[in-house]
Amino acid sequence: MTTTETSTQTSTPAVAVSGVTMTFPTRRGEVHALAEVDLVVGAGEFVSLIGPSGCGKSTLLRIIADLQRPTRGSVEVNGKTARRARLDQDYGFAFQQAGLLDWRTVRANVELPLQLHGVPRSERRSRAMELLELVGLADFADQRPPQLSGGMQQRVAIARALAESPTLLLMDEPFGALDEMTRERMQAELVRIAGETGAAVVFVTHSIPEAVFLSDRVVVMSPRPGRITQIVEVPLGDRTEDTRESPEFFAAITEVREALRGRAGAGKHAANAQGAL
Amino acid sequence: MTGAPAAALRRCTGLVVPPVLFGIVVLALWQGLVRLLDVKSWVLAAPTDIWHEVTAHPSQIAEAAGNSGLNALIGLVIGCVVGVLLAALCSRVTVLGHAITPLVAALAAIPIVCLAPVLMHLYGLTSAVPRRGVVAIAAFVPMFINTLRGLGEISTVHQELMSSLAASRTAVLRLIRLPGSLPHLCTGLRVAASLAVISAVVSEYFGGLQNGLGFRISDQAHATNYPGAWAAVLGAVVLGLLFFLAALLVERLVLGRRSVSVSRQ
Repeated sequence: MTTTETSTQTSTPAVAVSGVTMTFPTRRGEVHALAEVDLVVGAGEFVSLIGPSGCGKSTLLRIIADLQRPTRGSVEVNGKTARRARLDQDYGFAFQQAGLLDWRTVRANVELPLQLHGVPRSERRSRAMELLELVGLADFADQRPPQLSGGMQQRVAIARALAESPTLLLMDEPFGALDEMTRERMQAELVRIAGETGAAVVFVTHSIPEAVFLSDRVVVMSPRPGRITQIVEVPLGDRTEDTRESPEFFAAITEVREALRGRAGAGKHAANAQGAL
Repeated sequence: MTGAPAAALRRCTGLVVPPVLFGIVVLALWQGLVRLLDVKSWVLAAPTDIWHEVTAHPSQIAEAAGNSGLNALIGLVIGCVVGVLLAALCSRVTVLGHAITPLVAALAAIPIVCLAPVLMHLYGLTSAVPRRGVVAIAAFVPMFINTLRGLGEISTVHQELMSSLAASRTAVLRLIRLPGSLPHLCTGLRVAASLAVISAVVSEYFGGLQNGLGFRISDQAHATNYPGAWAAVLGAVVLGLLFFLAALLVERLVLGRRSVSVSRQ
């Protein structure tokens, strides 16, 4: 594995995290959720964060989204502070739960971000329909979320996150609650959507095949304190359903799995990863 | 007449028939016991005597019910509007919420009707204002408490969503908290509607204008026309039911479109 050549030299990275440390005070002393994390995500790049529970991957995502403030370190999104980027709506966020508003129609749910930022009604409407088309739910525009399956609700949530054409999509285990079949279909959809919109994606997951299938790079994290142990490049080219059965796919899965176990030259890779950043 | 309509009709019949039958049995027992044991009307009036009074003075009872009903309605509307607005304000301005909520809880602990004599002397004996005031206060309490509870219930994911969308607190209130609190609001309205009728009728016992059901009940009882008093009580029962049904109807209109069951899809 060579060092990670991202597009940092050519354009402003979508995300630049440097020296981020996060500690939570608890009754039994401080808990180090993140320790000195550095990460650069290039424009249009798909990066997954993977690691066991408590490794701080969700915390890192929420710090990038400015939903939490780091104890130390800095985060830049599109060259701005995380707070500025949040206020400017540079990113869309998809949560673990779809978090739709049950009293609104599917279309009105997708319109929510646009409505909040004063987009005129007719424009809102056509944009929402465009997005529902993108996630394949145009026929369900006038239904209400409780009438939809879990996978469909999650697709509505993704459409909502894309409403303002963000250059960055932050996703916190959005497919965690879905069954395996739906999950693979959603992954294929997401790869397509990310390709069509050209948005960079930071994707938190527990699933190794999911991370490998989706990402250009898989960031492997370890807990106590949460830190990046290795970054695995996934040079699989265009993803199709055949990708899942290719030897390269399995090789990448094995590499990520071993990185998670902290074996097979993890130390060397960690050094590489650190050096690259 | 097959399928869903027939099933709906059956369900409706199932809901209506048992209580009606039971009511008829109770009335028949009541009538039989009163006649058989020769119970005096000041102990318990017979249903037929009460019905006789109702049919003898239908317009007076209806007029009295109309007056009490108007007091209840005006008070209810004022109480509900103030309750919802104040709860929204308390939810928006946290400090205010901390200051006001315990006071409202204390207010809920005193029997509101106790205020009737005090208010009456404040506004005079010839005004409907004190009664409407009593109703408004009585209706305000459950409305405020339920609305505040509803507004306080916001799921973490919605909170973070709105934060990620850089939404203002007012926008969160308008787009998430208020619509999310509607089921609680409806519960509050149902309680408030029943309380409104009770307060409107009972507050008339303390004097003042002599045009409502409460006055008619006590007046007839003083005149030892007990079936007449019972007839007015029946009017109050009907009035209370009307208010309750109206509240249910509002709830259906507000929440109906939400509760589309998943199983039908």
